[in-house]
Amino acid sequence: MKAIWKEKAVKLLLLSTASTTILIVISIFVFLGKEAGPFVVEPGLKELLSTRWMPVSFQKESFGILPLITGSLLVTCLAALLMVPFGIGASVYISELAKPLEREILKPFIEILAGIPSVVIGFFGFVVLVPLIKACFRLSSGLTALAGGILLAIMAIPTVISISEDAIRSVPTSYKEASLALGASKMQTIWKVTVPAALPGITAAIMLGIGRVIGETMAVMMVTGNAALITAWPFDSVRTMTATIAAEMGEVAFGSVHYRALFCVGIVLLLATFGLNVVAQKVLKKYRVA
Amino acid sequence: MRTTASQQTVYWLIRIITYFIVFVIASIVFKIIYNGLPVINWEFLTTMPRNSGAEGGILPAIVGTFYLVVGTMIVAFPLGIATAIYLSEYAKPSRFTKTIRLAIITLAGVPSIVFGLFGLGLFVIFLGFGASLIAGCLTLACMVLPIIIVSGEEALRAVPQSLREGSLALGATKWQTIYKNVLPYSISGMLTGSILGVGRAAGETAPILLTVAAFYLPKLPKSVFDQVMALPYHLYILATQHPDADKVRPMAYATALVLLILVLGVNLAAILLRIHIRKKYRW
Repeated sequence: MKAIWKEKAVKLLLLSTASTTILIVISIFVFLGKEAGPFVVEPGLKELLSTRWMPVSFQKESFGILPLITGSLLVTCLAALLMVPFGIGASVYISELAKPLEREILKPFIEILAGIPSVVIGFFGFVVLVPLIKACFRLSSGLTALAGGILLAIMAIPTVISISEDAIRSVPTSYKEASLALGASKMQTIWKVTVPAALPGITAAIMLGIGRVIGETMAVMMVTGNAALITAWPFDSVRTMTATIAAEMGEVAFGSVHYRALFCVGIVLLLATFGLNVVAQKVLKKYRVA
Repeated sequence: MRTTASQQTVYWLIRIITYFIVFVIASIVFKIIYNGLPVINWEFLTTMPRNSGAEGGILPAIVGTFYLVVGTMIVAFPLGIATAIYLSEYAKPSRFTKTIRLAIITLAGVPSIVFGLFGLGLFVIFLGFGASLIAGCLTLACMVLPIIIVSGEEALRAVPQSLREGSLALGATKWQTIYKNVLPYSISGMLTGSILGVGRAAGETAPILLTVAAFYLPKLPKSVFDQVMALPYHLYILATQHPDADKVRPMAYATALVLLILVLGVNLAAILLRIHIRKKYRW
């Protein structure tokens, strides 16, 4: 009898431990909401839609998160523009064209990049990339959205490569053999058969990469100059949502309107990445079944 | 003939792209090593910083990061492994299991700065820990949990079903089977994932920014409710926030190198362990 009780106890214990993940997710939403909540009453959600982020001002503070959203979007778009060709190109090369030994070396080497802390990449960007951009484009300052986009692409590319490489390699060999047997060349087979067949996986890889980019904090904070402008010009300085939270949270008074506003920004960020992740997982799942 | 030429062009194009990425990684690592190595010496690693980080060493940042990582693993490892065991050995396909999986995916995608806000709201303010080591460890533990769970599950699934069936057929209970016949063969795989989690926790800045990190604190923590310095945050301060940025640049390079060695060393250990396991257990 004792053994049965023990079995049940163990199962219950494991079950309740497993539930903590759900508990954590719920409490993330609850505690972000709790700290952001009073903002809805005073000064009201309408304040968030204003076009100026000026949390400290002698006349009137304003907490419009539009410049922060456009800042994040601009940096993300720039990163995505670099991430897509580089990520797909490299994953096709590694999975289909590289020699076996070459692949064995390239893959772990690129995986190393995924391990470099973002603050180190940000530091590298600050001392190397920013002066480079300044000199190349003759700008008064190299702290630009472009610098942020490039650094974020560097950070997200390993994720993109490793997931889309898996997708490309799991395309059945019979597809490729059929294409080659019909007289298609190796390149034709890759671009007309293998890549289209792996496209859902590649798409999911890019979406997960973008999710990582939107949420990245330190690297962008160090190189984008952090001016809250609404702009689509890559050579302007921008302030992203993540950088705003990280830079300003240390200075705000607990419970102030500014403090609440930063939690609102956090919720927007959380919802954006949550949405991207759910869609990416759906795409991945669909692809696995097919 | 034209197709062969364009084939060659595309081949070289993506080859160049791949090696360009390799070049970028190599130049980041090289730049940090080249500028950081001359500054690192025994004194740098073992003394307190002086003059708000411009002189002296980085001992409290190293110790702080060490405590943070250890504390994070004490919380996250048992939680993650227990969840992995439940999901792989006990869970039946049900709505509850689906919810747990969705929760894990969601956690994996939450931006690190949002974890920081969460830690600030729950541990620092609501539970009243203040900015402290324990608040930072708990926040980082939530962040690395998905990594440990996913790799733990993979390690458990790699153990052949026949090992479980054999044990059950001999009359062992389910838990006895798991404990004696499944865990011993999967523990090293679980460790691999946890080591990757350690690397992530050690290098992350945004969550500790809001929950634990001290700007300049030239002493070692005495209790879990103390603030600590940490390597990534120290690097951020030296690189961009220090009033005398050019003067402390060598210190910043050296701090970056210590952090890089720590994180890449830990990741390398995980990769080597994985290779070793693949050789040892070939079912």
